[in-house]
This record gives sequence, C-alpha cells and structure tokens, in this order.
Amino acid sequence: MDLKYTDAAPTDAERDAVDGLLGPPPSGWEGGTTRSDEDLRWARGGVSAAKDRRDQLLPALHAVNDRIGWISEGALDYICRRLTVAPAEAYGVATFYAMFSVRPRPAKVLHVCTDLACAARGSAAVCADLTESFAPAGTATEGAVWQESPCLGLCERAPAALLIQAGERPEPARLPLPALPPLPARPPLPPLPARPALPARPAFEDRGSGGGAPGFGKGRVGEQPAAGAPHRTAVIAPATPTALTTAIRSPEHTPAEPPPETAAPQAGHPTLVLLKRIGTTDPASLDAYRANGGYTALRRAFTLGPAGVIREVLDAGLVGRGGAAFPTGRKWEVTAQQPDGPHYLVCNADESEPGTFKDRVLMEGDPYALVEAMTVAGYAIGARQGFIYLRGEYPRAFARLGHALETARTRGLLGPDILGQGYAFDIEIRRGAGAYICGEETAIFNSIEGQRGEPRSKPPFPVEKGLFGKPTAVNNVETLVNVLPILEHGAAAYAATGTGTSTGTKLFCVSGQVARPGVYELPFGANLRELLELAGPPQDLRAVLLGGAAGGFVRPDELDIPLTFEGTRAAGTTLGSGVVLVLDGSVELPRILLRIAEFFRDESCGQCVPCRVGTVRQEEALHRIKDRTGAAAADDIALMREVGQAMRDASICGLGQTAWNAVESAIDRLGVYK
Amino acid sequence: MTAVPLQLPRRLIEFTLDGQETRVPEGSTILDACRAAGKDIPTLCQGDTLTPKNACRVCVVEVAGARTLAPACSRRAEAGMTVLTDSERARHSRKVVLELLASSTDLSTTPRAAEWIKEYEAKPGRFGADVARLNEEPKVDNDLYVRDYDKCIQCYKCVDACGEQWQNTFAIAVAGRGFDARVSTEHGVPLTDSACVYCGNCIEVCPTGALSFKSEFDMRAAGTWDEPAQTETTTVCAYCGVGCNITLHVQDNEIVKVTSPHDNPVTHGNLCIKGRFGFQHVQNRV
Ligand code: SF4
Ligand code: SF4
Ligand code: SF4
Ligand code: FES
Repeated sequence: MDLKYTDAAPTDAERDAVDGLLGPPPSGWEGGTTRSDEDLRWARGGVSAAKDRRDQLLPALHAVNDRIGWISEGALDYICRRLTVAPAEAYGVATFYAMFSVRPRPAKVLHVCTDLACAARGSAAVCADLTESFAPAGTATEGAVWQESPCLGLCERAPAALLIQAGERPEPARLPLPALPPLPARPPLPPLPARPALPARPAFEDRGSGGGAPGFGKGRVGEQPAAGAPHRTAVIAPATPTALTTAIRSPEHTPAEPPPETAAPQAGHPTLVLLKRIGTTDPASLDAYRANGGYTALRRAFTLGPAGVIREVLDAGLVGRGGAAFPTGRKWEVTAQQPDGPHYLVCNADESEPGTFKDRVLMEGDPYALVEAMTVAGYAIGARQGFIYLRGEYPRAFARLGHALETARTRGLLGPDILGQGYAFDIEIRRGAGAYICGEETAIFNSIEGQRGEPRSKPPFPVEKGLFGKPTAVNNVETLVNVLPILEHGAAAYAATGTGTSTGTKLFCVSGQVARPGVYELPFGANLRELLELAGPPQDLRAVLLGGAAGGFVRPDELDIPLTFEGTRAAGTTLGSGVVLVLDGSVELPRILLRIAEFFRDESCGQCVPCRVGTVRQEEALHRIKDRTGAAAADDIALMREVGQAMRDASICGLGQTAWNAVESAIDRLGVYK
Repeated sequence: MTAVPLQLPRRLIEFTLDGQETRVPEGSTILDACRAAGKDIPTLCQGDTLTPKNACRVCVVEVAGARTLAPACSRRAEAGMTVLTDSERARHSRKVVLELLASSTDLSTTPRAAEWIKEYEAKPGRFGADVARLNEEPKVDNDLYVRDYDKCIQCYKCVDACGEQWQNTFAIAVAGRGFDARVSTEHGVPLTDSACVYCGNCIEVCPTGALSFKSEFDMRAAGTWDEPAQTETTTVCAYCGVGCNITLHVQDNEIVKVTSPHDNPVTHGNLCIKGRFGFQHVQNRV
C-alpha cells in the first residue's frame, strides 16, 4: 500500500495528543518530524507495525477530540501517517460519529438530551430557555456551543445534559491505558531502532498563552482550548436552564453527580440479585467487592472448567438481555468449539437505546462485577482478550471501569496468570463516539477495528467470524453480570427464579412520568402493573413504551402483560432492552412519534436503501400528519405501512428492521391518529 | 437444472428454487442459481468483479423460515433451503426500494431502472413533491472524469474498487452517516488534490452513471451522446507489456470512452490511467 497523505500539519497539541496514545513516532516514515539516516536507508513499509494498529484509529480520534475539541485536517493526517490509514478512510470514520467534529468548534460542547424520556419531562422548554439566555443551538458563544443530543442514558434524572470540555487530561485523573497483551495470532512487532526518549512534558502553565499551539490566537474562534483548561466532563441532570448556563460558563462549578445508587430505588433491598451491591459496596474498592461475594464465581468457574461453566449457564437457562433473547450458554458453546483462533469476548456496553440506563448503573455502581463476569465468560469460551465497547457518553462508567481494571490487574485478577490458575486474560475498554448503531453486535466489530460502524451482513455469525474475523462472543453488560449468581448459587437455584423459559431476574429502566424513576430488578413473571406500582404511576396514564424506540407502546388497560420474553411476545410487544417509558395525558403523542422517527433517521448508518431512505420518508409522513387525524391521515399511514414493511423485510440490520415498530404500535394499539 | 461451473469441481448442493429442485456448486449465491436457471432478478450494487456490499436490497428473495428477506446477491445457497424469488413479500420490498431510490436519486442513466420501475409498478412520485433528495451538483474538478453524486445510490462499488478489492489507492470512501452519507475524498477535497491515480476503475463499476468520462458527461450535456450509434472494439492496450484488453467506444469516428472486459482473467475490467484515458493521441489529426 502506497498511501498519499495530505500536506496539512498537526499543531503541537494535536501531535502531543496522538503521541500520548501511540507513543512518539518510531521513524520519519510514520509521521516523525525528522528523518534519521537510518530512515533514509531503510523503509519498513512492508512489515510496518503500524499496519496492525488500524484498531487504534478510534482511540486516536478520541485523543485529539478530547484534547482540542475537534479534529483538524492536520490532526487527521498525522493520525493517518501514524497508523498507515488512508486519509479518505479516516475521514469517513471521523464523520461517522456524532461526538467528533471535523470543523472548528469551541472546546466546550454541551449536549442537551431531547430524546424520549427527556422530552416527556420538559427538555423542549429547557432548550427554548437556553436559546434565550445563552445562544441558539449550534452557535458558538463565549467559547462554548450547545447542541441537541439523542438519549444520554440519564433518563431517571431527565431532562439531562452532558458537558464536555476539551483539554489536556489532568495528570491524576488521566486513566492509564491498558497495554494490549500479545495475541498469539498476530505477528510479533519487528525490532525498531531505539526510540528517542519522550521529550519532557513542560508544565502546562509554562507553555505560553497558546498552549504551545502555533496558529492559536490568530483570531479563529474556538481553535484551541484556553490554556490551563483541563479536559473535563460534567453531567447536569436534572437540567434546569440556570444549571445549564452555569455549567457552560464555569464547568468547574457544576455540582457533583449523585451516586449511582440514587438511580436504583430498591438499593439495599435483600432480594436484589444483580443490583445487590449497588449502594452497599464501595465501587472503588476491590476489597469491599471481595468482602461482598466478589470473585466467588470465578473461583467456582476454575473448579468447573470451561465446559462446566458453559453447562451451568445452559442449565440456568440464561438468555441474552439485549433484546434478541438468544441462549447465552449456546452462544458460548459454539464460540468455544470454533477451531479458528484467537477467540474474543466483547462486552456490549454501548447502551444507546433511548430510555435505557441500567448498564450504566451497573458499571458505575458495581464495576468489578462486570470485570469478574467477563473473566468467567472469557475463560468459558477460551478467550485471552476481552473488549468492553462502552458508550462514549458515559464518562463516569469509563473512569470507574478503568479504575477497576487497573486494580484487578495489579492484584492478579487480570493478566497472565489469574489467581494462579494459569489462565491469561485481559480486558480493554474501547469508547464509542456517539453512534446508536454501534450497539449492533457486528457494527461493534467494525468500530473497534477502526472502520465505519456499519453492521455486517449475517451470516457469517460472530461466533464464527467476529472481531478481527475471529470467533467472538458478544454479550451485553446485564447478560454477563447474570453469570455471577449462576455460578455462586448453581444453575438450579438460579432457574428457580422466574418462569420456565425466562429464568432469573430482569432489570427494567423506568422513566417518564413516574414518581420514582430508576432501575428496578424484578424476578421474571412480575407484570407491568406491579412494576409501575413500585415506581409510582401517574394519575392519568396514557401509554407505556416497552422496549424502547425499537419496542412498542401498550395501553393503560394492558398492564397485566407479564414481563417475560414469552409474555410480551404473546401480547405482540417486546421486552427489548428493558425500557419502560411511562407517559401521561400531558404528553403529545404525535410529537413523541416524530422524535422516534427523527431518532432513527439520525442514527441510520446509511448503508442500505430501505433504512437510509425509508427512515427519511417515514419522518416526512409523520410531519405531514402531526396535527391530522382520521381520513386526513389515512393516506400517509398507508404509505408508512408499506415503507415500514419493506424496512422490516429488507433492511440489513435490526435498526432498519425495527425502526417502524413503535410508531406502528402507537397507530394500532393507541389509535393515535384516529 | 444444474449450473456447471468452469472451475475446479465443487460439491453440488441441492435446494428448492421457486418450487423446483435445483443443484448448484457449493458456495454459489442464490443469485448465481437464479441466473443459471434463467431467472431475471434485479440487482444494482452487485457486480461481477466485486464482492457485493448487498446494500441496495433490490435483489431480495424470500427464504422459507427466515424472519427477513435475504439478498440473493450475497446469501449463499444452502442444502435444503426453500427460496421464493417472486413472492408477494419479495416483490413488495423491491417495489418500495425502487420507489425510495427513484424518489431520492436521479436514476436517468441507471441501466434498466426504468424497466424495473415499470415491472414492479413502482410509483416514486407518491411520497410527494417536496421530499428530501440528494440534490448534489456534479463535481467537475479534472479533465478526465466527472462525479455526479446526485445519481449515486451509495452502492460502495467505487469505494471497493478503489480500495482493497482492486486498486489499493483508497482515494475515496463513504463519509457522513445515514441520508447524509456520501462518497467523498478526505475532507471533500477535489480529486486533483486527493490520492486518485485516475485509473477509472471506479467508473468501470459504477452502476448508475454517477461516475462518467468527461467526454460522456459533456456530450450528454450537449445532447450529442448517442449510445445506439456507438460501436465497440476490443483490442490490446499498446502502452506497456501487460497486455490489458481495452474496449474502445466509438461514436462518429471518435473514441468517446474506454472500458475493459470484465471476463479478462488478468485485469477483470481494471486498467490504468493510460489505457483508460490515454486515447486522445489517436484522434489528434493534423
Ligand atoms: S438497516 Fe439501517 S442501520 Fe442497519 S445496515 Fe441498513 S442502513 Fe445501516
Ligand atoms: S480513478 Fe482509480 S484511483 Fe481514482 S477514485 Fe477511481 S478507482 Fe480510485
Ligand atoms: S458513485 Fe457509483 S459506484 Fe460509487 S457508490 Fe455511487 S453509485 Fe455506487
Ligand atoms: S444487488 Fe443484492 S443487495 Fe444490491
């Protein structure tokens, strides 16, 4: 490959951000500023280690975006040189993700959620106020800009906002980057000439007013973050107009986030299984985790052996909690049996379904549980490497998981020889960058590999050809965490909870107009009414959206629906990812439906025609009929049905296949346009 | 029916195609089987020299027992499968997909599009007059070829041909997302500033005419493009010793564009800038 790069040069800060991730360039061939004699005599094009590092593209884009706030031509070109990626491809990747910008923008970006739960709790008024008191969306003012955002996963505290301020990560909080343990299938890195030592990093204040960046201070708005402003994120929820203007003007003064257990109203209740440590065990302390039952599952796994673990999970009847309800033990078994290697484990923590926040609460409130569960899963399927693909919008979960991984590693619970059992396993976190579609299991692979996060067509299935084309098991956070009680108490005890085909407990994300929104854990078999009673239903319940934007609405007279996979299926709806969005009479349903359509139009990857154009045509039709009913709406409803059918039948992935579900159920079950 | 390949022998598998027992070599797609059986399935993103992205979804067929329809161009036939190529559901999806495409894109130079729109009774106009369309201006930034993305159906063929499937130049990729996704150079720079080496392999595979020779683009604009009047002559490129086949398209005794036979086992329709575009000297007359 003979790639042609652009002439754009990175600024010192951009170069520094990339080098902070990748280390200094080993030679002039990979973006070094000078060419040594050796470089000039020896081109390592054919065996360059950089070629194996395409998967560092997304982390590198993050590094620049975190530091500068946007990705300039020079920065992108430097990343391309460092990783041997064609600029056109890197540009295609950078423009795929909503959190990145390839145009100059201020260092401070405030994302204000206008998605379902926030819309139901007044985000429109918040936006109107912000426009009035600060600036219209998208207009850079006072070194900041705000924009509307899809669901931020903070629905229990809706309306919500997330402020991201670009800058250098302050040293103490800078998360150590986990080193990739060597993988057997990859060629070893060729020997490199001795690397020059990293130039001593000058103290941030010493860099002069421009943060060391040439070009700063030439009058371009928001070109570089102001010197001294560190990288910072702040969650503002509930988002009042005053809280938002304060946050955007002085992010350092935003009040601390409430602890994760405030999102779990049942916290501390003795019947909890998956949530049992939320609020009762310090999420930062490995000792506290061990004192509360931690790592007994892994010890049991080692006594059972990989096949024994899979047997237990099969006997327990665990099925995936991500929506498809596929038997987890089966998935592991098939992955474990694949002759090709290495095997990978991917934890899908890209929780982007509007109205879903349970994985966030688990990861923030009990991070070691996920680390342990992944270690068990990796052991069962014969993987040495696990990835957590984490939503880019979850800064606290990122920090807490990062800390948990680091501690587990230093204590021999991750690494070359876990608990002295000779099993080597490590976990790496990969941050998404704002793309709902990257929650699709095959889109995750592309995203991690440094490609556009477009789903792959199946077959082949991930268990055969997944991440890096190798056998891969993908499980979401909730599914994985279920493995702990299965191993701690045995399959029989686990299966005793729930119904025959839906065993164990289930997490529900209750949001909208209820008195106590939050994550609830109930044994399978409880019905919707019982769940709503816990959360405090509104007086004039209008509808409940079950399963999120890809799920369906149910009526107030349907609350006896049992919350099981088979029960919801029989009632013509779905549990999906456990979303229970409660709407009362004050909500204008056509607006909510419009928001759902807009969401799918925004989040379609654009790969296949039924979804890329179909979502646009559906949104247009909903706009046309938003104030119409009866015969006046009939034509457009018929049109949407036809398009919806083709999307369901002919789209490549679940996004296009389910994009019409919620709107259709609102028409058929709620009679919205009657 | 049996489709016999002119390749190393492969195991034959048996499945049911529209009610008929069919045997195809293992690894064949449903589309291969359909073509061998003389069935005409519309395809756009499928190409004979590329691995299809199966993104256009006009070739969908119904596989018994499957929740969704399957793209015939990419789904491999499996023993015991029951496939319906012309079921109500498959026809419905094809019709809607054609409507969605034709309502957002200019299909005027897409071969067979008009014919299929008629066959499936697609009515692209029914989404109304002010629907979102691509609305792209043709990009004329060099003297060799024009990119008119208003005609682009995002089939990824050009990207694949320029990238890892053939040319390995990676001058273009899909940028943006959803309806805003477009084939683009890095930062949208003109081709002349990009990595493009003008091999024209992307033009060779483009199914819609979104990519075309400047000569063709100009003649179409002037109303002088007359395909039926053109003759095609395949000869050997004289520039170097590889011996690529080139097909000269000649109208009024002028070469108007150059393509290359896809069944050539060496080049599979790919050329370099000289074979593709270096024909002016032939018609420089004194
Ligand atoms: S259905 Fe939508 S999201 Fe899925 S591949 Fe097609 S365009 Fe992309
Ligand atoms: S002419 Fe060749 S190099 Fe240029 S974009 Fe097309 S395929 Fe790529
Ligand atoms: S330009 Fe042509 S080949 Fe490229 S994606 Fe568009 S339609 Fe396909
Ligand atoms: S030809 Fe099969 S999906 Fe396009």
